Amino acid sequence: MKIAFPATGTDLSCLLDGRFGRAPRFLVVDSETNSYQTIENDGNADASQGAGIQSAQAVIAAGATAVVSVHFGPKAFQVFEKAGIKTLQADIAPISDLMDKFRQGVLPRMQGPDKAGHAG
Amino acid sequence: MKIAVASGKGGTGKSTFSVALALANRDRARLVDCDVEEPNAHLFLRGGESTSTPVWASVPEVDASLCDACGKCTSFCQYNALALAGSAGLMVFPELCHDCGGCILVCPNKALSERKVLRGTIESRVIDGTLELVTGRLEVGSPSAPTVIRAAIENPPALRRRVTIFDAPPGTACSFASCVHQADHCVLVTDPTPFGLHDLDLAIEAIQGMSKPFSVVINRSNGDDDLASRHCRRRGIPVLMRIPERREIAECYSNGGSLLDADPSMGERLRALLDDLHFHVSGGPIL
Repeated sequence: MKIAFPATGTDLSCLLDGRFGRAPRFLVVDSETNSYQTIENDGNADASQGAGIQSAQAVIAAGATAVVSVHFGPKAFQVFEKAGIKTLQADIAPISDLMDKFRQGVLPRMQGPDKAGHAG
Repeated sequence: MKIAVASGKGGTGKSTFSVALALANRDRARLVDCDVEEPNAHLFLRGGESTSTPVWASVPEVDASLCDACGKCTSFCQYNALALAGSAGLMVFPELCHDCGGCILVCPNKALSERKVLRGTIESRVIDGTLELVTGRLEVGSPSAPTVIRAAIENPPALRRRVTIFDAPPGTACSFASCVHQADHCVLVTDPTPFGLHDLDLAIEAIQGMSKPFSVVINRSNGDDDLASRHCRRRGIPVLMRIPERREIAECYSNGGSLLDADPSMGERLRALLDDLHFHVSGGPIL
């Protein structure tokens, strides 16, 4: 299965980005092969509103079935919930370490959005 | 003639000035409170029977049986109000929609239709039979202040007056622009503080981008050598009036009184000021 991470860099050694919708890019990692795809997020990172929604859409379109982030805003969370994508919470750490945790099944499920919206 | 009273920084005295300007010129001016997120002119202009008009906007509604998730609407929408949630289909976020109608036009399957939502209300009152006040009020949670501002400005006048004064919203973003854009002249109210001048300069930059003539009123002024006066002199900006920093004015304001209650001599000056502005804008007197 594919897992999406907001990423500060372009390979698995980089850190998880502390933001979701306004992260510079996403890494979508295949848990079986450990290969990954990079999705640049420039357009959404600078959006005046709805960055989380569009980032969620992009991650879903890339085929991710789970997403790991420090925070989830209300609208992005809604999109993931509707699409049936697993939302997992993690602290900032190298993405390769977080993949290990994911495989061990120790990343907690988000019960709801933990950030207020930023629109307006 | 339409005059926008704006500022950049909030709390400089836009409403204080525009209410006093309207009161002193009530036989020839009406007032539109365009600060739709927090209108306050009505606190100083009480009485009169209120007529209320709703402001509607259209947001898209999706018929899931017709949508094939092609993504044309989501990539068209500049406000990110639509999203595809994978195989679960299209989601609409009406609170982000700016009512442009583009998504409905680009949908090849006619899966989107219009749904009306309340964006705000326009209240109109005539105080003492002579002064018309129009107040725009944005619905809580609604994103589109400009829609309500335009509706307030376009609300049919209850009284025939040659001049309309817009009490503009603070800031220099969309709300400010949608109000100032419709005026012939913009009066910027500032206070003589570094913050006030900083935002005055931002407002001037925005106004120059719209090629609008403007002038400045300095509130809480300590005379013609205060920070704001020197700033305007240096930049060659015309100063229309200085409202002095005086305790009586502040006390009167805090009791819901106008500048004219605090200093009746302001009336004459505000009439002369409107005459000057009209001459400047139209090249002749207010007839």
